[in-house]
Amino acid sequence: MKSAALGVSVLLILAILLVIIGNIAIHGAKQVTWEFISQPPRDGLMAGGILPAIVGTAALVMLMSIVAVPLGVATAIYLHEYTPAGGSWIATIMRSAVANLAGVPSIVFGLFGLGFFINFIGRNIDRATQPPGEVLWGQGSLLWAACTLALLTLPTVIVATEEALRTVPQDLREASLALGATQWETIRRVVLPGSLPGILTGAILGISRGAGEVAPILFTGAAYYLPFLPGDVTDQFMHLGYHVLILSTQSPDVEATKPLLYGTVFVLLALTFLLNLAGVVIRTRTRSRLAR
Amino acid sequence: MRKAVNRMMTAVFSLAGWTAIIFIFLIFLFTFKETAGVLNAHTLRAFFLVDPPVWQPTSDVPKLSLLPIILGTLKATVVSLLFACPIGVSAALFSSEFAPPRLREVIKPLIELLAGIPSVVMGFFALMVLATWLQDAFGFTYRLNAVNAGVALGFALVPIVYTISEDGLAAVPRAHREASYALGATKFQTAWKVVLPAAAPAVFASFVLAFGRAIGETMILLMAGGNAAITSLSLLDPLRTLSATIAAEMGEVVVGSEHYAALFFMGTLLFVITFISNSGGQWVIKRMQRRLQGTAR
Repeated sequence: MKSAALGVSVLLILAILLVIIGNIAIHGAKQVTWEFISQPPRDGLMAGGILPAIVGTAALVMLMSIVAVPLGVATAIYLHEYTPAGGSWIATIMRSAVANLAGVPSIVFGLFGLGFFINFIGRNIDRATQPPGEVLWGQGSLLWAACTLALLTLPTVIVATEEALRTVPQDLREASLALGATQWETIRRVVLPGSLPGILTGAILGISRGAGEVAPILFTGAAYYLPFLPGDVTDQFMHLGYHVLILSTQSPDVEATKPLLYGTVFVLLALTFLLNLAGVVIRTRTRSRLAR
Repeated sequence: MRKAVNRMMTAVFSLAGWTAIIFIFLIFLFTFKETAGVLNAHTLRAFFLVDPPVWQPTSDVPKLSLLPIILGTLKATVVSLLFACPIGVSAALFSSEFAPPRLREVIKPLIELLAGIPSVVMGFFALMVLATWLQDAFGFTYRLNAVNAGVALGFALVPIVYTISEDGLAAVPRAHREASYALGATKFQTAWKVVLPAAAPAVFASFVLAFGRAIGETMILLMAGGNAAITSLSLLDPLRTLSATIAAEMGEVVVGSEHYAALFFMGTLLFVITFISNSGGQWVIKRMQRRLQGTAR
């Protein structure tokens, strides 16, 4: 009987989830027409579609993965394959640094991206390569926003990869080493192939998290409105999440932009959920295969 | 040749291993650097002790009191924790102690789905839908207020509290439960008086980590908080948080001004607070894991 009271809290959570998703699906799905996803915004964002935001988000997420996935996987490999199993003090510090990185507020990543990537690295590249007064790298761009987001998703990739590496039996590594393979050969031929699904899951979950984050890109390259698609990593870009923020807070006529807003939210939510779902499905499959 | 490649890859991987440490350090360095130049007794007094405590960074005589903003941050955080902690823990207790395994396998991914909703979408929902519903239901004077923002923030915290508490509850050794049943305790008594206290450190850690997330969350507060930096204790007034202030003003601020330094000071503050609370939370979890590994299963 008393346990039913606890069950109510589960129902409440599920109700919240259902209401949010239901509300967005009902009002948003019908806005998603071919015109909506294939046209740029018109009339001061009051009409048209969201093509530049879709392309911008996709480009950003791809660049981000190129930075975050190799770096995250390499970090996890170091933590799991190169530090002693009992846990050395340096691995302990590294792991707690990863956990702390995961807890840094996303807006602080934004400040860091502005202070480090743009004002420090970007400006210094400009000083070295551009004529005086010219700014190419020292301003917000796809590249710097992707680097900032990559840092934010790094912990997700590292933690998931380490978990995947743990599922590869120690015997396989020892067998490989006993056959005379070097540690790198063992990692490349034995450990990585065995943990690939887990690594993939981590990468997808990280990408899904990165795709929805707005705070880190506010000052690192997201643009209010661009009539053209980004063509270079030094270009600014439109972004689905940032577009949602702009439409909901800067619109001169809230009721008129509401359909566009719902449509944009729907596309963003669908994108992150599909990525999430793919990650969870791969993980569940791998787990049940290992359990057998 | 193979040996050389192996040595090279070892170097590459150990370099990668240092990334997280290096960037944690750089994040602190680069947020603090921008504010360190102007940080002295005078500016600290302007941030904390100026009277009246108002945040008007762009008036002729800039007033840079952080008090209304810190107060807003605390109000949103408290409301969100009051909402998320009881719900998250009772859901975790239900799913670890009462739900049949098959039901648990459904609940977990659904709650992870809630965690997967981007905060800008949660902010949109709070701003466009929840605020209207709450105002209609309770007759609030202001549509956007601490209750609305706090509840929406709470939605985002529930998965954190649930996941970490559930892990802790599931880690309580079976023997504890069996001993309790053997003494004639009911299932609910066992869950409430034996399992929950045994997992108390994990539950506490889940609150601490949720606090860390709440204090730094940006988009929900920026969109649903009402963005008014006013010094008010009422939960029914609009508010402004540290994170939302940075997000709203960093784009227009004059680089190098005291206002700019104040925004980076807020960032440093957020970094330090979350660093301490997250380290604390992680430490508690690790200690509990070690203790449970010591006891017989």
